[in-house]
Formats: sequence, C-alpha cells, structure tokens
Amino acid sequence: MAAPNELEARAWSALDAVMDPELDEPITDLGFVRSLSASDQGDLLVHLRLPTSFCSPNFAYLMASDTKDVLGGLAGVGSVVVELDDHHDSDLINAGLAADAGYQGTFGPEAEESLDELRLTFRKKAHTAAMERALTAALKASPGLELNATLADLPASPATEALKRRRHDLGLSLQPDAPVLVNEDGTPVPREQAEFRLRRARSTRISIDGNAHFCRGLLRTRYPGSDADQNPCAHGDTDGRPLLSLEVKAS
Amino acid sequence: MYTKDGENYFIVDAHVALWDASPANQRNIHGKQFIDCFYDYHRNLSPESELWAYEEFISYTGERLMKDLFQDGYVDHAIFQPALLGAFYKNGFGQTEAAFELTRQHPGKLTYNHAYDPRFGEDGLKQLREDAARFNLKGVKLYTAEWFGDSRGWKLDDKWSYRYLEACQELGIDKIHIHKGPTIRPLDRDAFDVADVDKAATDFTDLTFVIEHCGLPRLEDFCWIATQEPNVHAGLAVAMPFIHTRPRYFAQIIGELLYWLDEDRIHFSSDYAIWTPRWLVERFVDFQIPADMDEYAPLSVDQKKKILGLNAAALYDIPVPEHLQLAQPPRPDRQPAVAVA
Repeated sequence: MAAPNELEARAWSALDAVMDPELDEPITDLGFVRSLSASDQGDLLVHLRLPTSFCSPNFAYLMASDTKDVLGGLAGVGSVVVELDDHHDSDLINAGLAADAGYQGTFGPEAEESLDELRLTFRKKAHTAAMERALTAALKASPGLELNATLADLPASPATEALKRRRHDLGLSLQPDAPVLVNEDGTPVPREQAEFRLRRARSTRISIDGNAHFCRGLLRTRYPGSDADQNPCAHGDTDGRPLLSLEVKAS
Repeated sequence: MYTKDGENYFIVDAHVALWDASPANQRNIHGKQFIDCFYDYHRNLSPESELWAYEEFISYTGERLMKDLFQDGYVDHAIFQPALLGAFYKNGFGQTEAAFELTRQHPGKLTYNHAYDPRFGEDGLKQLREDAARFNLKGVKLYTAEWFGDSRGWKLDDKWSYRYLEACQELGIDKIHIHKGPTIRPLDRDAFDVADVDKAATDFTDLTFVIEHCGLPRLEDFCWIATQEPNVHAGLAVAMPFIHTRPRYFAQIIGELLYWLDEDRIHFSSDYAIWTPRWLVERFVDFQIPADMDEYAPLSVDQKKKILGLNAAALYDIPVPEHLQLAQPPRPDRQPAVAVA
C-alpha cells in the first residue's frame, strides 16, 4: 500500500499527461486540477474546474475521463473518483464517470459515435501550431534557412521537441530528412504553396495561443488564487517574440 | 463621433445589448451561470477603471445604455444584437420591448435586430414575418447554441434554418449575425466549428453573414471561410478588449483579419454591456501594430475609420455626414483579396 503523500505526488505527475485538447496544454499547467487527495487505502479523489460553466461539454468530458483513466492505471491505487465542479453539465458528467458509462452512456442521444474524430481534429491543429512555432523560430534564427527545412535543420529547443511529440502523436515521420512543413495529412508541401501553408498555420497558432490566454485568464478570474496553480505555457509564449516577415502572393 | 489628432471618426457599435439577468428573471441555475460567465469576461478583460459592480452588471436601464454609448462612448449609431435564451430566463435575456422602445425614442441612433430559432418550425416562421414588419428588421442575430427542449443547439445549414434564411431573403433581412457557442448536437464534433456558415454563405450569396467575435475560438477556420466567401464578415466583439490585456495578441488578430478578409469587412463592437465603447474607441484609435511585427502592415487612419464605423454604416445604409466619410467609401461587397492556393 502506498503512503497517501507519495501516491498524491505520483498522481499529480501522472496528470501532466492529460491535455486540454483545444489548448494543447496539460491540465496541470492550466490550473484545471482543483484538488487531489489520496486516502490511506489508496483511493483517489480529484476535483477538476474549468474557466466557465459553459466550456464545451465534450472537451470537459474528455479531460475528466482521461483523468480517471490515467489515475486508474497507477500502481497502488484503489478507487478513483473524478468530479468536475461548477459546470452546466457537472451532474451528467460526474454521474457518467462514477458509473464508468463511457461517452455515449454519459450523454445519451447527444452523442452519436465517439470522440475519436474530435480528438484527431485537435491533434492536427496542435501539430500545425507546433510546426509554425518551430519553423518560424528557426527561420528567424537562421536567415539562410529555407521553407523546405528538414527536422535536422531545426535547433535543439523546446519548440522543436514539442513539434516532434506532435508528429509522433499523428504518426508522422521523425527522420532527420523529413520536411518540417507538411500538410495536415503529413504530405510534403510543394514549394510554391509553402508560404501559404505557413501563413495558414500561423492563423491556427494565433487562434490556439489566444484561446489559451483567454481561458487561463478566465480561470484566474473565476477562482481567485488559482494563478498559484498555473504554470507558464510549456511551448513558449510567442507574444514577446518578433514574427517572421513573409511575402505571400495576392491576386 | 470621436476626434483625435485632427482626425474625426464616425463610430458604429455593431453589437450592443439591453439585458435582464437579475435573479427575478432567472429561470434556473443556468441563468445565473450564464451571466456569471459574462461577468467574468467583463472582469477579466476590462481595465480596472471600467469595472462595474455585479449588481449593476446583471441588469441595467435603457438610460444607462444611452449614456454609456452616446454621451460617454462617442457612438453615432448602435445595433442591438439580442440573445433570447428562453431556456435560462423567464422573460428572455435580451429585453425586446425595452430595446425596441429605445430605438423608437431615438430615431437614427439605434437599429434593432431581432433573433429567431428555426426549431420553432412553422410557428416561428409566422412569428418572424410578424417581427419583420413590426421591427422593420434589416438584420437578425442568431445564437446557434441556444437550448430548446432536449436540443442544445442547431446549425445554420439545417433544413429548417434554410427555410428561415429563405424567409429572410424574401423579407429583406439581409444581415445575418451569427454567434457560435458550445454545446451542439452531436457532441462528437467541434461545437465551435464554423463550416455550416460556409455552406449557408455559399447558398445565400445575397445575404451578408457577420460572424461575431470573428470566429474565436476558431479564428483560423473563420479566416479561411471568409477568404473564399465575400459575403462573410468579421464582428470584433470579444476580440476588442484584448487591446488592453494583450495588445500584441490583438495586433496579431487584426493583422490576420486584414490579411485574410481585407479592411472593408471588419466591424467594431463593444459587446455592450460586457464592455463599454469609450475606452475601446480611444485605445483603438491610439493602437498601432508593434514595429517589430513587420509581418503585418501598419494600421492606417483610413482603415481605423472603416473598422470603427464606416464599414457597418455601408452595410446598414446608415447615413454618414459627408465630412466624416472617406474619399473612397468602403465597398463591403468586394471580392476577397487573397488568392486561394
């Protein structure tokens, strides 16, 4: 039997793997874990909180059920209770989690199939944003670099590591000679479309950065003191960083 | 009108509301949750000097609206964009009768747009025809995440939605403002997805679709659609106050919108009473893209004049005094600027 303190520490670390799919950040960095406690018997009780009552229930469910899955897989854990606080669907989601009802069992007729496609959509967006961050930073740092840069051309940096993780998630090549700039399906981008692809990727990155800024701020407003539970964005805040000048064809 | 450095700006606030979210009007806990969410938006993104007390915020009078917009806020014309939220509020969230009465009391100052929900079917269509005549509707505000019985949302390309859009064509309601909120069935999909707007904009080319808060949180999808559909515009509600909390991020939003949409299809709004126009107008006129962001061209005075009011005036046929108009007024119907690869 694990000591409660030791188990709590392991549980907190394990929760670093639970991501907000929309913001592409761990729920532990965002401050979404309100409390976590272990009993002498190894039973875990976790409370989650979100920036508003009306955060999308599908993402709320994903994070809550991922939390339960991750904690249930830890050694020495008895039961796991995950409760989402102060959400318009708290009752529904908490009952579904308690009964291990699954997504469709939780939401009934509102759920048609599964959330796999939704997850994939946001994994692709996360990759697109990571690609833009890594490539823009590299191009800025090495003026000689071209848009057909390969993974080997990227400097060792958190942005490069983040990109590799997102590529791994999507099953994209991690070979050194693989081009950094790829389409959503991983296919290479023809040279004449490269600026355009990077340009669109930038709008994705700006959208995700903006959402993260908004959601983090709203959580702090909603739960005074929660700033102490937030960690800086791991893939870097691009706000203070100069952007790359790009010429894009216009009609 | 706002004047700064010898330049005069005609101001149209394209998204304002007169709401009652007081406890007496709340139908259930969701009525409280909804206004609390708005209040957190207000508290989170406003300068401290502009904060309202919670009691002021949950319900306010038409007199206060007139003062905040027209006396203190430099606004020349404002457009009501109501949310009805009948599942959360007994007498609705937006106060239809009071807002319409204000519009009548102050001719030329206010435009009243109404809301509809296509899930009301034939009865709602009949109501829309009556409302169009009574309010002299030129535009509607649609909230696709409205709850209705067991349903928690609808899409713009639903069959019944198309029936309503056809009625709008017939009734001369040619400005369709759309607000995307979460919770849409099926829950398996991205609730903020704006793809249904793309389809409707393609099928109803004589209607103009103004996407409020420029598609946030899906700015990239919105920009992509607006690039291809010349009848899709951006409303700046919610995006505006970033000018205070994160000006460099605001610069990127404006930079992206100007790049993908062009300067004639972007509309200022305060989203009153979540924010008030005075400080937003002042900050926007003073705002400039930071010099190191050479990715984006600097914002010109003419672009600011268009965004702050001339674009919405052109869209709504609001008369603009000659000395406040540009030599080349906005052409909101022009073709997209970006070549789609």
